[in-house]
Amino acid sequence: MIPELGHFALILAACVALLLSTLPLLGAHQGRREWLVLARPAAQAMFLLVSVSIAALAWSFYTNDFSVTYVAEHSNSVLPTMYRLAAVWGGHEGSLLLWLFMLAGWTFAVAQRSRTLDEAMVARVLGVLGLVSTGLMLFVLLTSNPFARLIPAVEEGRDLNPMLQDPGLVFHPPLLYMGYVGFSVAFAFAIAALLSGRLDAAWARWSRPWTTLAWIFLTLGIMLGSWWAYYTLGWGGWWFWDPVENASFMPWLIGTALLHSLAVTEKRGSFKSWTVLLAIGAFSLSLLGTFLVRSGVLTSVHAFATDPRRGVFILILLALVIGSSLALFAWRAPKVALGGAFGLFSRESLLLVGNVLLVVACASVLLGTLYPLIIDALGLGKISVGPPYFNAVFVPLMVPVVLLLGAVPLARWKTAEAREMASRLWGPAVVAVLAGGIVPWLMGGWTLLTGLGMLLAGWVASSTVLQVARRLKAGTPPISFWGMHLAHFGIAVFVIGVTLVGGYQEEKDVRMAPGDTSLVGGHMFKFMGVREVPGPNYTAARGEFQVSKDGRPGRTLFPEKRTYRSSTMPMTNAAIDPGITRDVYVSLGEPLEAGAWAVRVYYKPFVEWIWLGCLLMALGGVMAVADRRYRLRVKSSAAVAATGLRRATT
Amino acid sequence: MKRLLALLLLALACLGAGAKDAAPLAEDPVVEQRMLSISEEMRCLVCQNESLAASRSDLAMDLRRELRTLIKQGKSDAEIREFMVSRYGDFVLYRPRVSPLTYLLWGGPFLLMIVGVIVLLVYMRRRSRAVGSAQGLSEEETRRAEALLKEEVQ
Amino acid sequence: MKLKFLVPLALFFVLVAFLAVGLQRDPREVPSPLINKAAPLFKVPQVQLADKTFSPVDMQGKVWMLNVFASWCVACKVEHPLLVQLQQSQIVPLVGLDYKDTRPAALKFLSQNGDPYDLAAFDGDGRVGIDYGVYGVPETFIIDKKGVIRHKQIGPITPEALEKTILPLLDKLKKET
Repeated sequence: MIPELGHFALILAACVALLLSTLPLLGAHQGRREWLVLARPAAQAMFLLVSVSIAALAWSFYTNDFSVTYVAEHSNSVLPTMYRLAAVWGGHEGSLLLWLFMLAGWTFAVAQRSRTLDEAMVARVLGVLGLVSTGLMLFVLLTSNPFARLIPAVEEGRDLNPMLQDPGLVFHPPLLYMGYVGFSVAFAFAIAALLSGRLDAAWARWSRPWTTLAWIFLTLGIMLGSWWAYYTLGWGGWWFWDPVENASFMPWLIGTALLHSLAVTEKRGSFKSWTVLLAIGAFSLSLLGTFLVRSGVLTSVHAFATDPRRGVFILILLALVIGSSLALFAWRAPKVALGGAFGLFSRESLLLVGNVLLVVACASVLLGTLYPLIIDALGLGKISVGPPYFNAVFVPLMVPVVLLLGAVPLARWKTAEAREMASRLWGPAVVAVLAGGIVPWLMGGWTLLTGLGMLLAGWVASSTVLQVARRLKAGTPPISFWGMHLAHFGIAVFVIGVTLVGGYQEEKDVRMAPGDTSLVGGHMFKFMGVREVPGPNYTAARGEFQVSKDGRPGRTLFPEKRTYRSSTMPMTNAAIDPGITRDVYVSLGEPLEAGAWAVRVYYKPFVEWIWLGCLLMALGGVMAVADRRYRLRVKSSAAVAATGLRRATT
Repeated sequence: MKRLLALLLLALACLGAGAKDAAPLAEDPVVEQRMLSISEEMRCLVCQNESLAASRSDLAMDLRRELRTLIKQGKSDAEIREFMVSRYGDFVLYRPRVSPLTYLLWGGPFLLMIVGVIVLLVYMRRRSRAVGSAQGLSEEETRRAEALLKEEVQ
Repeated sequence: MKLKFLVPLALFFVLVAFLAVGLQRDPREVPSPLINKAAPLFKVPQVQLADKTFSPVDMQGKVWMLNVFASWCVACKVEHPLLVQLQQSQIVPLVGLDYKDTRPAALKFLSQNGDPYDLAAFDGDGRVGIDYGVYGVPETFIIDKKGVIRHKQIGPITPEALEKTILPLLDKLKKET
C-alpha cells in the first residue's frame, strides 16, 4: 500500500509541476495576476507531494518490503538501519527521486523566501523550476519508477553493494545533489530575467545568495566524495578524474566563475550577459552530468545500471532544456544594455580574466572526459583519457588562476593602479618565493612541482593575511569580507595539502608475519596478527598494528578484510590514524603462508589539509551568505522598484 | 622528514630487539617500482576504471607479471608500452599518445586559453568604446532617476 | 554582433549530436589491434593429447577459427551449443584455446557440454591469451589461409553475429587463394 501511495504522490506531483510550469509563466507573460499567484502554492504542494513520495520509499526500505523491486535489489534484512535508509539513493531510480526531492526543496525554499520579490518574477522563477521538475518527473515515472512491484516478492533482498555500506553514503549523495540541483535556482533566475527582459543589478542581488548556497553544498559534496574514496578504496588516492567525478567538478568550476561574475554584476552592473550564460552553463553541466552517469556512454565506477531507453530520454530532456535556454539567450541577450565602464586593467577585467581561465579549465575537463566518446562516435577507434592527461592539462591552467587570486582583491574597481598593487604585493611575493624554496627542502627535497605548489600557496595565504590586516586597521569589516578571505585562504590550504602529499608521501608493500615491523615515513608499524571478527552482515579478518614514532607509542590500527554474506569479493577496509601533519594508513592485502599477510603501509603528510581547505572554502561561503547586507539591500531595492512602478502607472 | 628517518634507523639499529623488519613483498623493489610507475598509466581492461597498477583482477595480475618480465629483459618504457598497445590497442593507455588523432585533445586546452584571452581583449576594447558613446544618455537618465528619488523622499 | 550569441547554442548542438551517436556505442568494448596482422605464433600442448603440441603454423593454408574458452566461464556454456552446431556443419576447422584453466576441469567441461573442437590447445598460464589481446572469455578469432587474423568476436558468438558477420566472412576467405 505504502509504495503505491508513494507512486501516486509522485504522479500528483508531476501534475502540480505541470501546472507550475504553465500557468504562472503564461500569467507573467500576459499580466494575468490570478495565474501568477498560483506559483507559490503550487511550489509548496509539489514539495509536499515529493516528500511523501520519498518518505514512502524510505519506509519501504525501513520495513524491508521486498515486494518492491528497487528495495529487493539494494537492501536486505541484515543491513544496518542506517544503510537501509541510505540505500534509498543507492541505485538509479531512488537517486533520481532524491534529485527530485532536492529540486522540489529548492523550489519550495525560493517560494518561501521571495516575499519581497516582484510577483511576476517569482512566477517566472518558480515556473522555470517547475518545467525542469516536470521533465524529470516524467523521466522517473516513465522509465525509472522506484515503486515498481516485484511479483512474486522475494524472501530476502540482494544487498547494498558492500562498498556503499559506509557513513559516506549517508552524506555524500544528499550534499552533492543539494549543490548540483541547487544551481537550478540560479538557472531559473537567469531564465526569468531573460524572459522578462529585466536583467539588472537587482536580479544579480537576488541570485547571489542562492548561488552561493548551492556552491557551498557542492563543495562539501565533492569534498566528502573525495575523502570517502580516500579511506575506503585502500589505495590512498583522493581524486581519479573519473568521468562522474568530472561531472560534479565541472559545475563547481563554472559555479565558482558564476559567483565572482554575479558579484561584479551586482556591484557594477557589468557582465550581465556573461553572468546569465554562466548561470545557464552551470546547471546545464549538472544536467549533462546526470546524463553521463545514467546513460552508459561512459564507463565509470559510479555509473548506475543502464538502459538505452533511459539514455535517450535524458538526452532529449537535456536537449530541450539547454537548447531552449541557449536559444532564449541568443534571442534576448543582445538586447541587454551595457553596464558600467571599466578600464583594461581593473578589478572587473581581472575578474573576467579569472572567469575565462576557469571556463577554459572546465572546457578542458569536458574535452578530456568526452574525447574517447567523440573518437569512437567518429569511428576512429577507442582511446582512453585518464589522470595523466588531466593532471598535465589542468594544473598549468590553474596556476594563473591562483596567482590572480592573490592579486585581484587588491585591484580597484574601474581602474586599478598597477604600481599601487605592486607596492603592496612585494611582501606576499617574497613570502611566496621563500615558501617555495624552503618548505620543500624541509620536507625532504625540492622538486619543481613542490616548489611551485608551495609558492602558490604562500602567495595566496600571505596576500590574504595582508589584506585582512590592512582592512582591520580601518574598522570591523562585514562578515562577507571574512567569508571571501577565508574561502581564498582555504584554497591555499588545499594547495599545500595536494602539493605535500603528492610530493612526499611514502608507501611500502611488505610481507608481514606476526611480530614483524616496517618503517615508513619515520613511523614504525608492528604487526600483531590477524583475528576473525564477525559483523552484522559480514565476517572480517581484523589485523592489529601498533604504530610508534621515535620510540613513543601511538595508536593501534585495525584494518580489516571483510567478506560480506552477499558477495564473494572481499572488501578491504583500511585503518587510518589521521593527523593534522600526517595520516598513517594501513591496509591488508592477501593472506600468505604461515600466518603472514601482504600489507600496504602508507605515510601521507598533510593529506587532511586537502579536505580542510575545502571545508574552509565552504565556511567562507557560509559567512558570505550570512551577510545581512544582502537581505536589507534586497528589501530596499525591491521597495524602490515597487514605488517606481506605482509612479509610472499613476 | 628524511633526516628524521636516518636518525631513527640508526636508533633502531641500536635497539635491535629481535623484531624482524618486514621484507618487501616484491622480489625486486627496483623492478617493482618501475613496473608500478608504468602500469599506473595503463588501464585495466577488465575493471576499466582502475589503473593496471591498482586492479586486483586476474588479467591485471597476469599483465603486471608480464611487465616485470619485460623490465628484467631490459626493455625500455617505450618498448613496454608498445608491447601493450600492439595487443590491446590505444585503449590501454591512460595517457593518450600524441598523434594526429589527439592533436585536438592535447592542444585544445592551450588553444582555448589563447582564444579566450584574445576574445576577451577584443571584447574589452570594443566595450570601452561602446560604453563611451552611451555615456551621455545614461547621465541624463541618472539625473532623472535622482530627481524621482528626491521627490519620493519628500 | 548578434551572431556571437548563437555560438553557445551551436556548440551545444554539436555536443548533443556526439552524445546521440555515443548512446549507440559500447564504451566497454575494446577492438583488437591485431586485425589484419599476422596471428601471433605460439606452441603449446594440447588439452586431450597432452604429449602433442599445437601451433598456428599447423593451420597454414586453411581458413580456421580459434575459440578462447575456459571451464569456469559462464558465457562459454551459453555459446557452446552454437559451436557444436558450427562444427557439425564442417565449414572450417575450429580450434579451442583453453585459457587459464586446469586440464581436468577442461576435460570435464568438454565431456559435459560437448566437444566442438577439432583440437583444443592448453594455455594454462594465459600467456598466449595475452599475445592475442584476450581480456574476457569467450573470444573468437577468424584466421585466413595466410595466417592473418581477419576478425575478432568479443564475447559469445550469437546467432545474429554468426549469420550476419561470421559465415559470410568465412565464405569470402575460403574463396581467397
